[in-house]
Amino acid sequence: MTRETLELFEVFVRPRRGLDHKHVGSLHAQDHAQALEYARDCYTRRGEGVSIWVVRSTDICASQEEDVESFIDPSEDKPYRLATYYRLPDPVDNM
Amino acid sequence: MGGNSDQAELERQFQQRIDDDIKIEPKDWMPDAYRENLIRQISQHAHSEVIGMQPEGNYITRAPSLRRKLILLSKVQDEAGHGLYLYSASETLGISRLELIEALQSGAAKYASIFNYPTQTWGDVGAIGWLVDGAAICNQVSLQRTSYGPYARGMIRICKEESFHQRQGYEIMLALARGSDEQRQMAQDSLNRFYWPALMMFGPHDGESAHSAQSMRWKIKRETNDALRQKFIDQTVPQIEFLGLDHPDRDISWNESRGHYDHGEIDWHEFYSVINGNGHCNRQRLQHHIRAHQEGEWVRDALAAYQEKQRQRDCQDPD
Ligand SMILES: [Fe+2]
Ligand SMILES: [Fe+2]
Repeated sequence: MTRETLELFEVFVRPRRGLDHKHVGSLHAQDHAQALEYARDCYTRRGEGVSIWVVRSTDICASQEEDVESFIDPSEDKPYRLATYYRLPDPVDNM
Repeated sequence: MGGNSDQAELERQFQQRIDDDIKIEPKDWMPDAYRENLIRQISQHAHSEVIGMQPEGNYITRAPSLRRKLILLSKVQDEAGHGLYLYSASETLGISRLELIEALQSGAAKYASIFNYPTQTWGDVGAIGWLVDGAAICNQVSLQRTSYGPYARGMIRICKEESFHQRQGYEIMLALARGSDEQRQMAQDSLNRFYWPALMMFGPHDGESAHSAQSMRWKIKRETNDALRQKFIDQTVPQIEFLGLDHPDRDISWNESRGHYDHGEIDWHEFYSVINGNGHCNRQRLQHHIRAHQEGEWVRDALAAYQEKQRQRDCQDPD
């Protein structure tokens, strides 16, 4: 019995020209070329996009969501990074 | 012959895309001149973000309160990020970061000449946030619609982050303008020194601008230098009035029929003299950049050594 030896790929689709590629899902394939074709068949059957990126899942280095507090640190104690922190009088508030 | 007409056809299709407001993406065919023009403009923009950290960085250790220090620190940090977004956008056009940095350090590439003016007082930090970031925002808002996808997306990201930069600057000006006589004088003096250089940030008049017409045709630029400058002049008048400061331009007056403010002429002699290296801080800005880059050498060396060690380890026990 031959075991499946295909690799896992992550698929990113650009919905329209001018927009960023967004992650849409993953699939198994032998190589990049095959992954692109599968991605086309799986993820763009209804005009979902105009361009596809495929990346080997093992090439993605991801942070862990549990670590968000220590790793990403949402900086909620730094409200001065937001425009709304600065109260300006009405006549000049439109900047 | 065939080659030439193929080329002409590609160029026609390219221009058609631009005319139809379809974005150009990195792997699309594009005329060499479009690519070069973009590399020049985006990298100049990136260099400006990076060099622009110096005049404000000068005040981080001298901000008048811990609150102001934190704000200034995060603003300068944002500018470093903007430099990164823009260098990355240039790199999608096939130029390397190394080449870009070399062009900056050798003086072959330019950056916004506003950053060759010194920051002499705390008021200058206020004036920079309000006027310099304000002028940059006018330009960047317009560039969110530029024809090259990665540049346009970078601009959208940058504009989101910029939103607090101008407001914190104006808040500094407001505090000074409502303070003691001395503080009010400081605000007026900073306004006087930064107003005209901020107008120069939009570049020469449309008629004199070397790349303007082609950049408009390719929609690299979406609005002309003069149109953007007028927008900035118009929005700044009520802001100066609200501070109760004197307008540095004695000729400023509302023109009912144009629906815009008329204004005095910019000192173009000063503009070109600063661009050509004779501003107060041109040499200092580049020397500082080169020194900081050299002082980072050991970090790059350490990274390379670590990578090499990892590689050897992987060779020894592959699994
Ligand atoms: Fe910026
Ligand atoms: Fe900024």
